[in-house]
Amino acid sequence: MAEKKMRQIAIYGKGGIGKSTTTQNTVAGLAQLGKKVLIIGCDPKADSTRLILHAKAQETVMDKVRELGTVEDLELEDVLKIGYGGIKCVESGGPEPGVGCAGRGVITAINFCEEEGAYTPDLDFVFYDVLGDVVCGGFAMPIRENKAQEIYIVVSGEMMAMYAANNICKGIVKYAASGSVRLAGLICNSRNTDREADLIEALASRLGTQMIHFVPRDNQVQRAELRRMTVIEYSPEHPQAQEYRELARKIDENTMFVVPTPIEIEELEELLMEFGIMEADDETIVGVAESA
Amino acid sequence: MADKIKTIDGITTEATEELIEETLAAMPEKTRKKRALHLGANEPTSATCAVKSNKKVVPGIMSQRGCAYAGAKGVVWGPIRDMVHVSHGPIGCGVYSWGTRRNLMQGIPGVTSFPLDFTSDFQEKDIVYGGDKKLEKLLREADELFPLNKGLSVLSECPVGLIGDDINAVTKKMEQELGKFVVPCNCEGFRGVSQSLGHHISNDSIRDHVIGKREFAEPAGPYDIALIGDYNIGGDVWAAKPILEEIGLNVKSVWTGDGEIEKIAATYQVKLNLIHCYRSMNYMCKVMEEKWGIPWLEYNFFGPTKIEKSLREIAEFFDDTIKANVEKVIAKYRQHMQEVIDEYRPRLEGKTAMLFVGGLRPRHTIGAYEDLGIQITGAGYEFAHQDDYDRTSPEMAKGTLIYDDVSEFELEKFVEKMKPDLVGSGIKEKYVFQKAGIPFRQMHSWDYSGPYHGYEGFKIFARDIDMAINSPTWSLVKAPF
Repeated sequence: MAEKKMRQIAIYGKGGIGKSTTTQNTVAGLAQLGKKVLIIGCDPKADSTRLILHAKAQETVMDKVRELGTVEDLELEDVLKIGYGGIKCVESGGPEPGVGCAGRGVITAINFCEEEGAYTPDLDFVFYDVLGDVVCGGFAMPIRENKAQEIYIVVSGEMMAMYAANNICKGIVKYAASGSVRLAGLICNSRNTDREADLIEALASRLGTQMIHFVPRDNQVQRAELRRMTVIEYSPEHPQAQEYRELARKIDENTMFVVPTPIEIEELEELLMEFGIMEADDETIVGVAESA
Repeated sequence: MADKIKTIDGITTEATEELIEETLAAMPEKTRKKRALHLGANEPTSATCAVKSNKKVVPGIMSQRGCAYAGAKGVVWGPIRDMVHVSHGPIGCGVYSWGTRRNLMQGIPGVTSFPLDFTSDFQEKDIVYGGDKKLEKLLREADELFPLNKGLSVLSECPVGLIGDDINAVTKKMEQELGKFVVPCNCEGFRGVSQSLGHHISNDSIRDHVIGKREFAEPAGPYDIALIGDYNIGGDVWAAKPILEEIGLNVKSVWTGDGEIEKIAATYQVKLNLIHCYRSMNYMCKVMEEKWGIPWLEYNFFGPTKIEKSLREIAEFFDDTIKANVEKVIAKYRQHMQEVIDEYRPRLEGKTAMLFVGGLRPRHTIGAYEDLGIQITGAGYEFAHQDDYDRTSPEMAKGTLIYDDVSEFELEKFVEKMKPDLVGSGIKEKYVFQKAGIPFRQMHSWDYSGPYHGYEGFKIFARDIDMAINSPTWSLVKAPF
């Protein structure tokens, strides 16, 4: 029998788009399919695993390193927690905004997980849930060589979310050239904007990828979150739970991995205008104050 | 300025330019173009020196330069004996700059002097969460363990600058808490093109956090001076200071060899600043001139000729008493110096030397070599600026070789062709040339000898140079090439 291959997946997208919620619900769906999954939260806020662990804040790798003094004294079991559906969870953690180096925290945490054997052979998936803005090399750590090969970008029909998605594609192109990282699709986390699914489909095709799933907006997600649970665990029969299970299934079966073709800013704006998200620039009004 | 244009037999501008061209020929075009600007034949009458300086090292060149941290820790701050100097960052910078410069100091180590390695020993957690809290704790603990220190300096290593730690806020707070100097120095190694920027940054730290904050205990006198830019290598300060005292001056503070921080802080009260190493300390001389109207004078205590010239120039700032004293002192030592010259010059007359040192010595030591009959055929600096080369040109003979930030390849080639009897440079060059059978002196540390400053120093200098050049060892060594 061929050895099972662990798939490493990184979730990127604009800050606040719903990466952590989407990741945890999707992973819960994969767990229901019998998959073994590890989530590595790569965000100093450390909120990538709370719905799986029902925890307010998981003890993070960097917290523990700070407490013990050095990363060498840290044991994996100190920071690897197991939650719903046997899902393993690690949070990198890091400083509050304005001090230190959060990016280095991500690098330290991922190196630690590798060295301490967190990537056990029984795993089907490793998910990296990454801070929205890839502000420095540390936050690109999950897509460096021998880490995540698949990237999903969470996006909505809002202009800035699409800008961000396009920018992330530019980053993927850079890393794709030197490694095996590929774009695996856009996940549309709906904000109920006009013709949202069509727009994201169109964007996906320009980027050379697919919209793997359209996740409709539903307050059931928030109701579950209040209980620090995924929808799948809180209300497995709810239609929204079915959406996440569907997304999980599509990811499990996905084979469309591409080097994306990020588009020029003009092309993106044309697309936004075509869908009525944006109006054509009127250059005569640029830089002119209201009173003038 | 030298009185007349010097010449050396066999040295011509044409031959030197040819050598430069030949040496550069081995390099790729881009490198050749860049390096060509840093090499030249000396033209003593030209108002500005021909070579470019203080530029980024050309990639691929084996340079001898250090970094801003090295300039701050090793040169300016390290020699201050009564301060705790904290290397803030990972361990290496602190350890490898520990006791590596021969800036001697008085005092009882660990009690009244601190030639120790204090470092915050950064770990991953300090990078990720920032090292400010650790620094605060370290400063408090160091002060508690070494209570007789008169202040603490915080010297930033690279990561501190990369993660943006605010060491200035910490030192400000700790200065209030400890009631003594706690000085920040943002001398991250990646700043600037060489250690030279570290000198400048350190001068700025002294300007912003030290100078003007103390007064001398004794009342001011008309002969109060400060010695600037003497780092007491091999005891240089201890050889220079007595001469100045003998002519009736009152040396109130020394920057920074065997230095004391509170006296450095009070230096704005002196009447004249005498500066030896212009490159590393001219900044603060200018600050004290602008802010307190203190004149400053460059002087040179290498070799009797330059010492006499410098003493007379110094005397010009003072009254007839000092002028008379200067003549008395010159007369007193002249006989003794003549004895030194009489002993060594016959064995050294007509020899040549090439120098490559930091930011002062390639020009300042020329007089001492010439007192011994040795001519300098090539000179260059690791980290000098235009104003240093402008001061070098008149000291050198016409057509001699000037090289800035010279690479190992270039220097080897130059030495091979020009065949000097002595090379004076650093530890990285020492064994290269000694293995080639060429006498060598390590001129950063005085090759574990010294002092070389002042009358006392010249005796030792003459002995060392004679020992290097005339050692019978060299006739026994056969280089295999």
